Amino acid sequence: MARVVILGGGVSGHTAATFLAKWLGRDHEVVVVTPNAKWNWIPSNIWVGVGGMSKEEVIFELAPVYEKAGVDYRQAKAISIHPEGSSDESKQFVTIEYTGQGKEGNSEKLTYDYLVNATGPKLNFGATEGLGPDAGHTVSVCTADHAVHANEKLDELIAQMKAGEEKKILIGTGHGMCTCQGAAFEYTFNVDHKLREEGVRDKATITYISNEYELGDFGVGGMHIKLGGYVTSGKVFAESLYTERNVKWIKRAHVNKVEKDRVHYETLDGSKHEEEYDFSMLIPPFAGAGIKAYDKAGEDITSKIFNPGGFMFVDADYSKGAKPFEEWDAADWPSTLQNPTYKNMYAVGIAFAPPHLISKPMKSPNGTPINPTPPRTGMPSAMMGKAVAQSLKDIILSNATEPTHTANMSEMGAACVASAGKGIFSGSAVAMTMYPVIPNYKKYEYGRDLNGTFGEIGLAGHWVKHFLHFAFLWKAKLKPFWTIIPE
Amino acid sequence: MKIKPYSQNAYTPVPSAFTKFRRNCVIWQFFRFIVINIKMTVLILKSHH
Ligand SMILES: Cc1cc2nc3c(=O)[nH]c(=O)nc-3n(C[C@H](O)[C@H](O)[C@H](O)COP(=O)(O)OP(=O)(O)OC[C@H]3O[C@@H](n4cnc5c(N)ncnc54)[C@H](O)[C@@H]3O)c2cc1C
Repeated sequence: MARVVILGGGVSGHTAATFLAKWLGRDHEVVVVTPNAKWNWIPSNIWVGVGGMSKEEVIFELAPVYEKAGVDYRQAKAISIHPEGSSDESKQFVTIEYTGQGKEGNSEKLTYDYLVNATGPKLNFGATEGLGPDAGHTVSVCTADHAVHANEKLDELIAQMKAGEEKKILIGTGHGMCTCQGAAFEYTFNVDHKLREEGVRDKATITYISNEYELGDFGVGGMHIKLGGYVTSGKVFAESLYTERNVKWIKRAHVNKVEKDRVHYETLDGSKHEEEYDFSMLIPPFAGAGIKAYDKAGEDITSKIFNPGGFMFVDADYSKGAKPFEEWDAADWPSTLQNPTYKNMYAVGIAFAPPHLISKPMKSPNGTPINPTPPRTGMPSAMMGKAVAQSLKDIILSNATEPTHTANMSEMGAACVASAGKGIFSGSAVAMTMYPVIPNYKKYEYGRDLNGTFGEIGLAGHWVKHFLHFAFLWKAKLKPFWTIIPE
Repeated sequence: MKIKPYSQNAYTPVPSAFTKFRRNCVIWQFFRFIVINIKMTVLILKSHH
């Protein structure tokens, strides 16, 4: 009997756990270690942040779902990995610390045969002074609770605008090394939409601030699409939307300090600026979960398993990170997501260490890096979870000696729907696909297949986004036919 | 919205009234809904290895 331990029950970990439990049956054990009692469909937090959905509509209790699936659920967080065991435990194990189930604060050793690290991002608000809702001045929509708080603050602001006050709104990225510009983009246009609905749009100045070189970069080096007889950069469409919705933009910006009424930022040309605000939602940079690793003798081997950001090494070509952008290649990206040192460990979703950025690295004359880090959005994250589950199924049930499935971001596409306002007849969203996620300039003139890369804004995009909200929650709850809903 | 000459937004394309109408026209958007779903399905099928 094999035991697979999955750290993190988010998009990628939940996908891996539920498929594995289905395929392995009760003869083997699937254990999920995750600190939250509730699962959150994170993309819909944007709507919670503007009052378009309640928190309850975007979360559900994990325990009954895992019970139904036959998954051993531990409401806990992983603290350390011991891939060789220890002096008093011959088998490899993780130490976990409970956050619920009546065992809060208790530590436990959990042995494993196979380990999947799916711990996603740590929201690193501490990287910028004054950033974030807990110790800082800005709101966030990264968790359902953050989004509820953001909506409360937005409602207060709207009440003041209704009383005739003019307000400044600043939305974007809170550090030069952020990813997840898509969420900032969505929140910008959802706030704009909400203010229009409330009849106070004329009282607000909305500004978008981003670490992107150009709007529409999204950490994937932007994209080109064929439209109206031209092959056009996504920058043109992004700027068009900002202009249409009367949103000012600041690009190439590293926010280095947030005060209660202003942010301080540096731009790529090295100049320093300030921007005042009354309401601000800034995305934090992401770090890894901060799990430590020790060898059998108890020596710290964290740097052998995780990169300095806390993301786990997999089968990527990390030597390319030191090479210039022009030498990067699609082949640098990982396929099996297997750790090269400990072959029974895998990392999926945001938890794996990318070989390098996707967008071109940039530094200001002061040496400040200002470039988006690589996104790993929902669809690629879930596909990685499923591919690793398929490999583990073959290794456990069919004695395969190597991983049998791959999920390489340079060979897969991503479908994204970015909301620009909610409403069954008044809503809109940008629906886009890109293929592949990692641009391949050797194979395609514009880095991507123009037949698989497209984008358009409209009401249909909103319908797709709303439909996906229900479909993915249905799937995550393992309701009938959940397996036929694609990742 | 007013475009100020020489400002940031003076150099971007903006949708015409017809483009805006199409974006919200339920019949046209129903057709686009089907097209988007087909495009996404093709992408998903291409991505599985
Ligand atoms: C506001 C917002 C909107 C977004 N919108 C979209 C969108 O529209 N489309 C899209 O494709 N993507 C979107 N994304 C990105 C998407 O949410 C991520 O790509 C996806 O969640 C990544 O999956 P993951 O499994 O790597 O991480 P997560 O889904 O974050 O899961 C990680 C899990 O690990 C747990 N964990 C953390 N530390 C530990 C530990 N030490 N031990 C055990 N467990 C731990 C966490 O609690 C969490 O449950 C959005 C993200 C944000 C923040």
